[in-house]
Amino acid sequence: MRSKEESLDALQDIRKMMERSSRFISLSGWSGISAGICALLGAWFGYGVLARTGGESVSASSRTSQVGLSSMGEIQQLLLIGRLTFAAAAVSAFIFTYIRSKKNAIPMWGLTAKRLLINTMVPMIVGGLVILRMMQTGYYDLVGSCSLVFYGLALVNASKYTLNEIRYLGYAELALGLIDLWQRGYGLLFWALGFGVLHIIYGTMMWWKYERVQSK
Amino acid sequence: MKNPIDNLNKVFDSRIRLGVMSVLLVNEEINFNDLKDLLQLTDGNLASHLSHLEENGFIKVRKGFIGRKTNTTYSITKAGEKAFKDHLAGLENMIKGIK
Repeated sequence: MRSKEESLDALQDIRKMMERSSRFISLSGWSGISAGICALLGAWFGYGVLARTGGESVSASSRTSQVGLSSMGEIQQLLLIGRLTFAAAAVSAFIFTYIRSKKNAIPMWGLTAKRLLINTMVPMIVGGLVILRMMQTGYYDLVGSCSLVFYGLALVNASKYTLNEIRYLGYAELALGLIDLWQRGYGLLFWALGFGVLHIIYGTMMWWKYERVQSK
Repeated sequence: MKNPIDNLNKVFDSRIRLGVMSVLLVNEEINFNDLKDLLQLTDGNLASHLSHLEENGFIKVRKGFIGRKTNTTYSITKAGEKAFKDHLAGLENMIKGIK
């Protein structure tokens, strides 16, 4: 005869399989923390560039068509830092999530990973194109806030396909991005808060909630 | 009182078949390889359980091709969904009953 324990086991099995097959659950908290640290380093280098060339006047000067050679160089440097930061954050986030999926013996590249990737990439690519066009037309002062907004939308969308808590990170990014839209001259600060500090807070909370017990 | 075990379906006694049904309840359609990865089974093992479920009319099989490779996808039937939900209710009753 079936015992209570067997029934409980069966129910837990069912729940586990439903979750495993519909959400990408290997996303590690360390990925968030490492991406956040990369972003803070990027912001620090960016600040260095701005300090050398005279404060956060990139936007103002480029808008009033006083774009000198030095300020173009500045933008190029900032873009390079941005790209390197993004690459470093993506690679480090990938590594920690790869380690976690190995530990849990769940294949990393599967059905759920594909779904998560597609649903994150759609808002990210559209956002990327919008931002690219902004830079072509000289609206540099909106780039930071718009990257926060599109990233926030991507996270809210992604939350259906991975850990649900990422939704709150998305809301926080959206709030920061929207506030930043109406501020001038604090671009780098908001950028560091959104991509740096928020990621680190989120990563730490997720590690605390899901991975702390396992790593003991 | 009705015996709670009446609701429990013999077909779902196997953990693997229970797993297959759980996956199919939340995914409209899934192919053989993804299912194999999720449940961490060998081809033969999974195939035999799948045909057992198919014989009972709980799942539908659709054979297609991606290029030259066969791509077999599975989905749950109405009967399968009902049987599985009854089984879940049965498990729930088991737990409540012995409290």
